[in-house]
Amino acid sequence: MASRLMALWDWFDARMPSVAEEFRKHAAEYYAPKNFNFWYFFGALSLIVLVIQIVSGIYLTMNYKPDAALAFGSVEYIMRDVPGGWLIRYIHSTGASAFFVVVYLHMFRGLLYGSYKQPRELVWVFGVLIYLTLMAEAFMGYLLPWGQMSYWGAQVIVNLFATIPMIGPDLALWIRGDYVVGDATLNRFFALHVIAIPLVLLGLVSAHILALHDVGSNNPDGIEIKKKKGPDGHPLDGIPFHPYYTVKDLAGAVVFMMIFCAILFFVPEMGGYFLEYNNFIPADPLKTPTHIAPVWYFTPYYSILRAVPPLFNSQFPGVALFGLSTLILFLLPWLDRGAVKSIRYRGILYKSALAIFTVTFLVLGYLGTEPVTVWGQFGNWMGNADVATVVARIFTVIYFAFFFLMPWYTAIDKCKPEPDRVTM
Amino acid sequence: MKKILVVLFFVPAIALASEAGYRLDHAPTDPNDMLSLQAGARTFVNYCLNCHGAQFMRYNRLTDIGLTEAQIFNNLVLTDAKVGDTMKVALTAKDGKAMFGAAPPDLSVIARSRSADWLYTYLRTFYRDPKSPTGWNNAVFPQVAMPHALWTLQGERAYGPESVEAKEGDGKGAEGAHGGGHEMKWTQLAPGTQNTVQYDVTVRDLVNFLEYMAEPAASSRKRIGVVVLFFLGILFIFAYALKKEYWKDVH
Repeated sequence: MASRLMALWDWFDARMPSVAEEFRKHAAEYYAPKNFNFWYFFGALSLIVLVIQIVSGIYLTMNYKPDAALAFGSVEYIMRDVPGGWLIRYIHSTGASAFFVVVYLHMFRGLLYGSYKQPRELVWVFGVLIYLTLMAEAFMGYLLPWGQMSYWGAQVIVNLFATIPMIGPDLALWIRGDYVVGDATLNRFFALHVIAIPLVLLGLVSAHILALHDVGSNNPDGIEIKKKKGPDGHPLDGIPFHPYYTVKDLAGAVVFMMIFCAILFFVPEMGGYFLEYNNFIPADPLKTPTHIAPVWYFTPYYSILRAVPPLFNSQFPGVALFGLSTLILFLLPWLDRGAVKSIRYRGILYKSALAIFTVTFLVLGYLGTEPVTVWGQFGNWMGNADVATVVARIFTVIYFAFFFLMPWYTAIDKCKPEPDRVTM
Repeated sequence: MKKILVVLFFVPAIALASEAGYRLDHAPTDPNDMLSLQAGARTFVNYCLNCHGAQFMRYNRLTDIGLTEAQIFNNLVLTDAKVGDTMKVALTAKDGKAMFGAAPPDLSVIARSRSADWLYTYLRTFYRDPKSPTGWNNAVFPQVAMPHALWTLQGERAYGPESVEAKEGDGKGAEGAHGGGHEMKWTQLAPGTQNTVQYDVTVRDLVNFLEYMAEPAASSRKRIGVVVLFFLGILFIFAYALKKEYWKDVH
């Protein structure tokens, strides 16, 4: 029996790119630096969440109805009448937020250790593409429960396109398929959410990993392990991804699953951040909610959007900066002129810049979840401006300064010498 | 288009003020108190289900709260619905709008959009207001279209500045929003069939039921969660031991 199976395997292998060969290339003989730390769990975790989302999403589509009259009810049907439906739904809703948590931490790792720098520019560019695609995926998925926040969130975001000069209104109409967000919009967002964008995501994820495995992984010291090879031709500081990192990531994945399940089973709404309370009210095109806040993962950008004052009676400047704030990530590899990669050997300038940027991103994120009145108003001397708006404006400037001043402060930064070999 | 954007950007500024202000009381709900949930279900079908539906909730799901299908059918199905049907209401949205000025919202998931605390306070803060079309107003939801459905239980009360002779009422949370020195006071105008303590319990049970109904799976969710986390805890021990074993020769 066993030999029969082996024979079948050989028959198969002779007619396909060798599976064993691919496994060697990407796992058993993919040499990864041995000094990966905590920050290096999040790439593998992103992949795990992607699988969780695809599988739970497939199950949701079996009972979900992409119809403006039925969508809200079908989600409640899943929550109540479908056996285990609530579990699948919460896995998917928690997974959406978890995806952004791990992706943000994964990207922050890139900033910490200069993972986007030469020769990994393309790995970073594919990564940013994944991030933007993920945002589109999350945005379209958020419309599907057809609650008030789904509806008005989509209304706001689609209307952003309408502010683009000349083509704006027609473009928004084309996206919606109707003059307001409606059944046509829901249907097309469903199609895009369940098949089109996931296909793009899978392609980009493959490209991201293939590009990474071609140039090799960076590490917390930011030095190239390929420069020091042993007599066997393998990097001295490298260890095979499999089994070393598969078992390490397995332990990390279990810890991640514990946090994930603690949220899923005990606080699935996460205090209104993962599932907004207003989204339990069915979409009503005639009733604008008093406070529209996007889900937490979009709020830094939403803050930037709100912070920019209209110009010539047009909201377009805000929309343009909103777009620029995400697109600028593409340029990072070319903005950074630092002599070293890792934060460990960077000078005080980059260290401070990154610290300030982190605070900026968090403050903008927080402000985006709140109404602009959250911190009250200044007195007459400031024209009674909302404190939160002024703060958001200051942090918006800092957000862009981090990128635009980068060629300058990274170039003059006093870096420390890098070690020859990685440090454990 | 532009108008929508402008509204969306600036509405949040004027928002909140309309409904905020009245301090919400903590709702002492308990999802494990079956008697409370059953009492709440009884109040719900008798007082709420005439105007509000719960179109995603099936009657026979109430076996969750310790009732048999026969008990549910005999005591809680007051319409010609079957026990496996959802809690629909005869009043159409259109008629509701004609009668009250706003269609009564479906209550299936009301406890998830409004919090339990909000519902608990709201249902205890109706007062007589001759200026309103229904003759009722509410301290938590001013100018609400809904009249006081539970008024035979709570009786009639007034709510106004200090000058009104006052003592009765719950006292808690009785500070008005726009105080400006005037303390807002509750006054009992006519007694109901329940005293304040009894009425608070009635509302507590009702809110407890609404909270259960908003997510009937919540109890099993938490129960399963404990098992899952326990399993993952054990799995972690093995996963970590495996990692240690493989990595012991990496220096």
